[in-house]
Amino acid sequence: MATLLEVEDLRTYFTTDDGIVKAVDGVSFTLKEGKTLGIVGESGSGKSVTCLTIMGLNSKKSATSKGRALFRGEDLLQASNQRLREIRGNDIAMIFQDPMTSLNPVHRIGDQIVEGILLHRDVSKKEARRRAIDALKEVGIPRADRRADDYPHQFSGGMRQRVMIAMALVNEPSLLIADEPTTALDVTTQAQILELMHSLQRDYGTAIVMITHDLGVVAEIADDVVVMYAARIAERAPVGKLFEEPLHPYTWGLLGSLPRLEADIDRLVQIPGTPPSLLSPPRGCRFNPRCPYVFDRCKEEMPELVASPRDSEHLQSCFLDDVTKQREAERTLASFATEVP
Amino acid sequence: MVDELLRVENLTKHFPVSRGIVFQKQVAAVKAVDDISFTVNRGETLGVVGESGCGKSTMARCIMRLLDLTSGTLTFEGQNISRLSRNEMRPIRREMMMIFQDPYASLNPRKRVGFIVGEALVVHNTGTDAAIKRRVQELLEVVGLNPEHYNRFPHEFSGGQRQRIGIARALAVNPKLIVCDEPVSALDVSVQAQILNLLKDLQKEFGLTYIFIAHDLNVVRYISDRVMVMYLGKIAEVAGSAELYARPKHPYTGALLSAVPIPDPRLGRARKPIVLEGDVPNPINPPDGCRFHPRCPRFQEGVCDASIPEAVDVGTDHTASCFFPLGHWPMTLEEMQRVDNPTPAS
Ligand SMILES: Nc1ncnc2c1ncn2[C@@H]1O[C@H](COP(=O)(O)OP(=O)(O)OP(=O)(O)O)[C@@H](O)[C@H]1O
Ligand SMILES: Nc1ncnc2c1ncn2[C@@H]1O[C@H](COP(=O)(O)OP(=O)(O)OP(=O)(O)O)[C@@H](O)[C@H]1O
Ligand SMILES: [Mg+2]
Ligand SMILES: [Mg+2]
Repeated sequence: MATLLEVEDLRTYFTTDDGIVKAVDGVSFTLKEGKTLGIVGESGSGKSVTCLTIMGLNSKKSATSKGRALFRGEDLLQASNQRLREIRGNDIAMIFQDPMTSLNPVHRIGDQIVEGILLHRDVSKKEARRRAIDALKEVGIPRADRRADDYPHQFSGGMRQRVMIAMALVNEPSLLIADEPTTALDVTTQAQILELMHSLQRDYGTAIVMITHDLGVVAEIADDVVVMYAARIAERAPVGKLFEEPLHPYTWGLLGSLPRLEADIDRLVQIPGTPPSLLSPPRGCRFNPRCPYVFDRCKEEMPELVASPRDSEHLQSCFLDDVTKQREAERTLASFATEVP
Repeated sequence: MVDELLRVENLTKHFPVSRGIVFQKQVAAVKAVDDISFTVNRGETLGVVGESGCGKSTMARCIMRLLDLTSGTLTFEGQNISRLSRNEMRPIRREMMMIFQDPYASLNPRKRVGFIVGEALVVHNTGTDAAIKRRVQELLEVVGLNPEHYNRFPHEFSGGQRQRIGIARALAVNPKLIVCDEPVSALDVSVQAQILNLLKDLQKEFGLTYIFIAHDLNVVRYISDRVMVMYLGKIAEVAGSAELYARPKHPYTGALLSAVPIPDPRLGRARKPIVLEGDVPNPINPPDGCRFHPRCPRFQEGVCDASIPEAVDVGTDHTASCFFPLGHWPMTLEEMQRVDNPTPAS
């Protein structure tokens, strides 16, 4: 299948009062049509900024970006504002982590969706309204015809998030970038939304970039997974491989800190230390101050993202030798064995 | 002896739905929270789960007295606080803090982080400026932020970082009760583990009490002593957390537990969640009888749609508001549909 999105060595730096925050510092991945890429990683590691950069939505005042983001061969980083407005909400839709920034508090929910339709589709107002209400129904808003006239503050957190999802899906985009689309939703509604995204993918071949903290969601819907740590990619692999043989110590830490339904645990395992400052990130590997396997080289040299010797699709950036990695991956998974109820 | 910190009796919150431009006329009401009662004991964590829009945040805001109650009584440390004025509430405010669901909307965008976290300390006059600054920086570190973040503005933070600012703010004045509305949903699992462990440690050290609202059932299980399941403004089930997960009695709880995603691609994709059929409920005009009946696999005509089920004992410290509670667990959808004992349990 054809490549839809190709991100190459993306970098976004913010100028702040205290110095330069390197929020994204060399991120690369590709996404084929109709596929799903999951992005997981440390809070503050640059997941949202990566997506905002692709969409050209960073504040021009404080952010500078480098690298390329090719959408069907067109570099979005070089595109004009006019062109980006054409693409956004049409070919590429984004569901934001923060529903309130994209919902206007003084406009009715329904009108906001209608506006998004009229902007990109040549249909009557009445038809647009019908589509808007259908979309709200699809994301499970009860009595959508009536509640379309509500204002955002009259909706619960999860309902606002579903409005965002309705807005993003209404024009059947070929790429959907979803930033934590289901974190505010209960598991049954979440299952319903994931199913909706899945059917969109099936019916229209929409490709999805999905940022989430929920490794369960990733396991269920992603084809490939990117694990980010401190503005860079720690590991990138097809989903099965990531969960069968994780190769980066940060990924082991992530898998290890999951709370489990079956178990009565008194204390969760946590990765020691605190997330690094992006103003002055640690020398060498950015994970080295918190890594239990650290050795001299990690403190001197920054590891590149390279293929594992046994698998060209499985990329990771860690200097540990392969034997140790295999052993530790196994150990992590052993403690993590899930039983089906 | 159990020591009761908060008692909630018949709490009801209806939002008016009005139409008209000049003369606003109330045409209906969103019954966000409808006649719920429960207690929270000192030093415990009460987990709250339930469908999006079922009234969890509204309940939390009522308890914090950020919203006026439509009716009902709140008793905090033996004092009836349900009708206290703004002024009368002031001394109680520092005893109960809230961590808000939306880390974007709840932080003032024009204030620096140091101010936001320290505000309550200043309001309640807790020390010199230097002491307050030290305390704030300490709190930032406690929640896994860098002291260098002291002078930054909220928009310069990621979602999870903002959530941690909210947590630091709530911890600042050593409250007795913290109402946590989705405090960790925006955090990656390792930071989440750090915050959950921290909340547990603080609880042990200071005897804190939490009401903990979350969608992640794994998280709720880990943090809670007891769990309350809500559905459309009502309480469906309450039980000790191990008990609830092992022996859910309300069919809605069963559906919830079956839908938890499993972090393993092979098992997860083979999982069969119990899909809830029927219309999504509408709090403006909730169904008669049991509010879950239109979607319930165990629905029995003439019973479930005829009267509202009372909470009945279904185990040790375990109550469920259901006429036909589940007999065993796990259950498939087909099994759920067979009601072995068709006589109402009340
Ligand atoms: N406008 C800005 N100015 C300065 N720094 C910023 C700005 N926006 C983001 N940052 C910083 O860039 C880093 C990456 O932020 P980003 O929002 O991408 O994180 P994230 O991975 O999405 O985290 P989360 O999971 O918590 O949402 C963070 O450390 C954040 O503090
Ligand atoms: N200010 C308001 N005006 C009108 N209706 C409101 C208002 N606030 C909340 N509601 C309605 O009350 C119901 C319960 O909302 P609430 O925010 O308490 O849900 P929740 O359980 O916290 O959901 P979520 O899990 O999605 O956050 C929803 O139907 C919501 O639309
Ligand atoms: Mg983010
Ligand atoms: Mg809520």
